[in-house]
Amino acid sequence: MLSPITEPLAYDFFLRALLASSMVGVVCAVIGSYMVLRGLAFMGDALSHAAFPGVVVAYLLKGPFYIGATVAAIATAVAIGWVTRRGNLRGDTAIGVLFAGMFALGIFLFSLIPNYVGDLFGFLFGEVLGIGFGDLVALVGLAFGVLAVIAILWKELLYTTFDPLGAAASGLPVAALDYLLLALIAVTIVVSLQAVGVVLVVAMLITPAATAQLLTRSFARLLAVAVGIGVVAPLVGLYASYWLNAASGATIVLVETALFLAALAFRLQQGRRRTHEVGA
Amino acid sequence: MSALRESPSGEPQAGTQPAVRLTAVTAGYDHRPALEEIDLEIEPGSLVAIFGPNGGGKSTLLKLIADLIQPWSGTVEVLGEPAGRTAHRIAYVTQAELVDWSFPVSVWDVAMMGRYPRLGPWRRPGPVDHDAVAAALERVGMTELRSSQIGSLSGGQRRRAFLARAIASEPDLYLLDEPVTGVDVTTQEDLMALLASETAAGRTAIATTHDLAAAAEHFTTVVALNQRIIAVGPSSLVLDPEVLSKTYGGHLLVLGNQAVVMDDAHHHDSASGGEQHYHERPERR
Repeated sequence: MLSPITEPLAYDFFLRALLASSMVGVVCAVIGSYMVLRGLAFMGDALSHAAFPGVVVAYLLKGPFYIGATVAAIATAVAIGWVTRRGNLRGDTAIGVLFAGMFALGIFLFSLIPNYVGDLFGFLFGEVLGIGFGDLVALVGLAFGVLAVIAILWKELLYTTFDPLGAAASGLPVAALDYLLLALIAVTIVVSLQAVGVVLVVAMLITPAATAQLLTRSFARLLAVAVGIGVVAPLVGLYASYWLNAASGATIVLVETALFLAALAFRLQQGRRRTHEVGA
Repeated sequence: MSALRESPSGEPQAGTQPAVRLTAVTAGYDHRPALEEIDLEIEPGSLVAIFGPNGGGKSTLLKLIADLIQPWSGTVEVLGEPAGRTAHRIAYVTQAELVDWSFPVSVWDVAMMGRYPRLGPWRRPGPVDHDAVAAALERVGMTELRSSQIGSLSGGQRRRAFLARAIASEPDLYLLDEPVTGVDVTTQEDLMALLASETAAGRTAIATTHDLAAAAEHFTTVVALNQRIIAVGPSSLVLDPEVLSKTYGGHLLVLGNQAVVMDDAHHHDSASGGEQHYHERPERR
């Protein structure tokens, strides 16, 4: 007898997708917590789009996509820093220019390939149900690598995020930690590309941490709530996409967005209740 | 001058290495110099206020000592070594307006950050660190509020939390950017008493301030700064009309007994724009 929960579990591709997307959910939630606190949401969107030309070039050269994507994303992060400093431009201006330029390069190269390439289309919008065993192993390995670095440096990254001047004066290598965090963001994006695609990665990164920020006032709880959402939303989203026959990446992101809106409503209601109590 | 206390650190301490020594330092941002040809020595155990107009280089001087910016020319020595080498012995208290107060950390978390640099990446805070943080919070009177998120605190309590972080790091040199700006009188008294006891124990504290009354009342040594060092000496200097007029230039009005400093481009405090600071001179008849 098959229930709605157990039926899809009979398929290997569904099990792989569950494991891959919740792993992505966890690592995105952790990195995203630092990004939300540093105001790096736009940077995250930029790096994910900037990874696309790397994916296309890797496809053309028949190399592994994650190497192309990582190189493109990190090169763009470095270029954004360089253009900001040398051009004396605002950071978001440099991000806007380079992010659009890199994504355009990706689409341009993509359009030069004569045949329809479903694989590459999957990188745009995500196709976690199609993830193979080899890619799954690479994904889990990279995700654990990112989490290991955070496990070692969480407190240094927290201090430099909160008070970069105080941290630098007391001897923490703030610039190096900034670059390290950008590199971790780039790797996290690459890990997430197959699951949700270039366009929607930013939601996986930002939305769980943003939701947690509405509900908690300590960093440890923020991380815990974000990771909880990062695990649960892909599970719910994948089942929903299976039963509705809808795009998996988009469904996962919609579940996270719904959780965010629910948290926002809760927060607003709490605020109103508090105002009433004070007024009474 | 009877209202002034005698300043103990006015006397030179022979035979000791200066806590901070700047030699012919010029520094600035982009191509605009903020400080020119600065020579300055600060003895260990001093409680120093740097005062001067906005844009006069107060924060720049503090950042040079903290190795947050590099001089264009000249040398900066801190605690007997080139600036930056002794970072783990420095506590820098950031200007309140540069801190994101909505950040999800508690008073305890902030104070514990003072322990992070000495712990290094691999070690987690242990009993020694917990004791140091608890003791620091006790000294600044924040033990009861240790679990509060920093954004829920008053301006004075936020200053106390940051000073607790500095104390918990057990530094030899305190660098404080506008520590008494925008805090209540009680907090100001408490913070300055703490710094006085730290300097009495041989540590050094250097603060920027645009509050001349606070500089005169609470500090033992003052540095008048406007791109160049105008004067260094006991705190009574802030009441010297000649020093004041040289430091503030056209922004100072002396009206009878009152020196009125009119700073333009004021962005401190939560006071409304266009504020003026009135500093009464104590020798009123």
